Amino acid sequence: MAGIVGYGAHLPRHRIKVEEIAKVWGADAPSYKKGLMLREKSVPPPDMDTITLSVEAAKNALKRAGNVEPADIGAIYIGSESHPYAVKPSGTTVAEAIGATPDIHCADFEFACKAGSEAMFVALSHIDSGAMPYALAIAADTSQGAPSDALEFSAAAGAAAFIMGKKNLIAECLFTHSYMTDMPDFWRREHQFYPQHGGRFTGEEAYFAHTKGATNAILKKSGMAPKDFTYAVFHQPNGKFPQRVAFELGFTQEQIDPGWLAPTLGNTYSGASPIGLTATLDVAQPGDLIMMCSYGSGAGSDAFVWRVTERINEVRDKAVRTRKLLEKNLIYVDYGTYAKFRRKIRKND
Amino acid sequence: MRDVCVVGVGMSQWGEVWRKSLRQLFVDAALKAINNSGVDHLDSLYVGCMSSGLFVGQEHIGALMADYLGMQGLPALRVESACAGGGMAVRQAFIEVASGISDIVMAAGVEKMTDCSGDDATFALATAADQEYEVFHGATFPGLYAMMAHAHMHKYGTTREMLSAVSVKNHKNGAKNPVAQYPFEIKPEQVAKSVMIADPLHILDCSPITDGAAAVIVTTQEVAKKLAKPYIKVLGSGAGTDAMALAQRNDITTIKAATLAAERALKMASKTINDVQFAEVHDCFTIAEIVLLESMGLYEPGKAGPATLAGETALDGKFPVNSSGGLKSKGHPVGATGVAQIVEVYKQLTGRAENGRQISGSLKIGMAQNMGGSGASSVVHIMEVA
Amino acid sequence: MTMFSSRNWREYPQRYRLEASKFKKSGKTYFPPRAVDPETGDTEFEIVKLPDTGEVLTYTVIRVAPAQWGDQSPYALAIVKLTDGTRLMGQMTDCDVEEVKIGMEVRIEFRRVQSEGHHGVLSYGYKFVPKWY
Repeated sequence: MAGIVGYGAHLPRHRIKVEEIAKVWGADAPSYKKGLMLREKSVPPPDMDTITLSVEAAKNALKRAGNVEPADIGAIYIGSESHPYAVKPSGTTVAEAIGATPDIHCADFEFACKAGSEAMFVALSHIDSGAMPYALAIAADTSQGAPSDALEFSAAAGAAAFIMGKKNLIAECLFTHSYMTDMPDFWRREHQFYPQHGGRFTGEEAYFAHTKGATNAILKKSGMAPKDFTYAVFHQPNGKFPQRVAFELGFTQEQIDPGWLAPTLGNTYSGASPIGLTATLDVAQPGDLIMMCSYGSGAGSDAFVWRVTERINEVRDKAVRTRKLLEKNLIYVDYGTYAKFRRKIRKND
Repeated sequence: MRDVCVVGVGMSQWGEVWRKSLRQLFVDAALKAINNSGVDHLDSLYVGCMSSGLFVGQEHIGALMADYLGMQGLPALRVESACAGGGMAVRQAFIEVASGISDIVMAAGVEKMTDCSGDDATFALATAADQEYEVFHGATFPGLYAMMAHAHMHKYGTTREMLSAVSVKNHKNGAKNPVAQYPFEIKPEQVAKSVMIADPLHILDCSPITDGAAAVIVTTQEVAKKLAKPYIKVLGSGAGTDAMALAQRNDITTIKAATLAAERALKMASKTINDVQFAEVHDCFTIAEIVLLESMGLYEPGKAGPATLAGETALDGKFPVNSSGGLKSKGHPVGATGVAQIVEVYKQLTGRAENGRQISGSLKIGMAQNMGGSGASSVVHIMEVA
Repeated sequence: MTMFSSRNWREYPQRYRLEASKFKKSGKTYFPPRAVDPETGDTEFEIVKLPDTGEVLTYTVIRVAPAQWGDQSPYALAIVKLTDGTRLMGQMTDCDVEEVKIGMEVRIEFRRVQSEGHHGVLSYGYKFVPKWY
């Protein structure tokens, strides 16, 4: 059985509050905070991008994996919607940085916010098939929200990395299911800087339909019910959606709490449910069952059922915990700094 | 080894010299040196220049300058050691004359720095540092010397006032130098209030961007005597290098390349540092003057700052440093600076320093110390009155 | 002027993985790697990876920056002594420039160091962050 041998996350230290953004665009901060259940979001500084976040997350995963030689990693997949190059995979630089080259398969994935879970899905398959001893899946984003658009309040940055393997697992992957339809809820055309979205159309038929579609399918496949799970992690474009879908599926606040990071992290796009999973693993106990279901516009959801093993106790503190990165030593910026960091200011070049 | 002398000197205009090109600046200085010396020919030419290629797209300038001096056919070579190029050109001329290969050699230096944007000039200057391990990470020259300054201040308690005192003194001297780019005095408060370039160095701690050329005629004592023009003896020449990257030097509060260059020059001259009465020292940044004085043994480590503040290195002090105004006030056309230092020592030893800049007393031995980049190379000459 | 791709690529082992040379005779480590030990003249070495934490030996804050660094100005540049004694220069990041002090404990983090405008290659490497965990 395949599963997670090592996991790690990395987040920026910088944050911006909803009030800061609202102030500039004349928006009503309290109603955004209430409507999105989001207070602040992470901001990547100019020297941080999807590749750098991925490297640090991967290093943390290697720390928890213990004896995994980077040279034994057979594949590296990075899922993001903010790959620094349109042509040249982020995986090449990350693999080089961790010393995993040259005998390695590499591909970048994209599928809006589920590019990361997609990478995880494929990495697990390689292990199941016996093609390689380890496969590295990374979910990372430094996503952009168009100025004054609702998404500007939530588009954030972060990364999570998972080394999949067959031995010394921290969590076994018991089931996977992927559910996808052609759905024009959110997209970005080539050469456009910001994405477009269908406003309220991104709700019921998009996020909710696919998340429920995948989750219900995996519950059926596994013969399990929501109450069988200790924890659940859903895609979190804001604080509200994952909470609502959890409740509608029959999960509780206690189950989603450890992985419910959006209220202070924002929407880390491809990173969202994977980073939520790392935060959940940080507090999980041996034997715990974790439901994870991502969502990516376009649209689709990847669902996973994880069972935590004894090994979690030995390794959870071999690298920094996700909540520590989320909550400690934060650097707050104003909108001007934020706009400069995110290259939203038009320059003469 | 034959006795070597400097018998004629010349300098072009120094500053933002819009009307003169690289080759015109050189010819101005070179012709003056030739006229002052009375020589009727040269045996060879060395031209110090850091980066005419990056500043004005021109390399191959040994040949170009010989050509424009009207001496096509003359053996000529461009010497490069970043900001020590001029001093190294003087050294090459010294060696060629001392060895007997030539009798009359011109050592010149020139730099044309204003025909490109400020950014391009900064980029060109930065090529004197470690490209892959310093400049790649955003290091600039003020930044490298600023790091030296912080380390020196941390280790020895050198203060902001001591750094400013270097700048104030050099401006006071430069105000009397007809060639200086910035011939005016400044006050200590002005230095500390001027815009910060790289903590703790303000813009008035930094030497400027300058166009300019300088030339000297190096020859044997026999030839100098026959020319019946004022001359000085060059007793010794010494050069040294050190690790390029600051991070790779064992102690960044001292400049080993200058220590070695001074030791070697003094040894050749059969003199000690205590025999030297005044010096031109490479004050590319105020901290550099302080560190260099200590590196060459003129002051104990940590003591050059207080000594400067106390006026010991002023024109009328115990050991006058940079009577010319130094790089700070006179200007710093990179490849020319080292040659201009020789010009100043020549003027002082022959009693020709203008406008009340003459150091009083009977001067016998003077020194010129020139340095490249953040101190990876240095060259020192010891000179004596004829 | 641009950072040509091949020049950058050649330095990956150093910029990405902090590979240094450790000489057999003296046991001293040099970064970047060298063919010859300046102290002993030895030419036999092995490649080692540097540790990722250290302390600031000296620093400056660049306030007037070259064009390609304009967006990041002011930034602090430091010489750091790693826990094995090796010294290297790099930018401080995730840190107010006023906070940088001699003796400060730092960690190495992988960051984007330079980019060649909108079209060119992205150059990655090491920077220093305050060590808070």
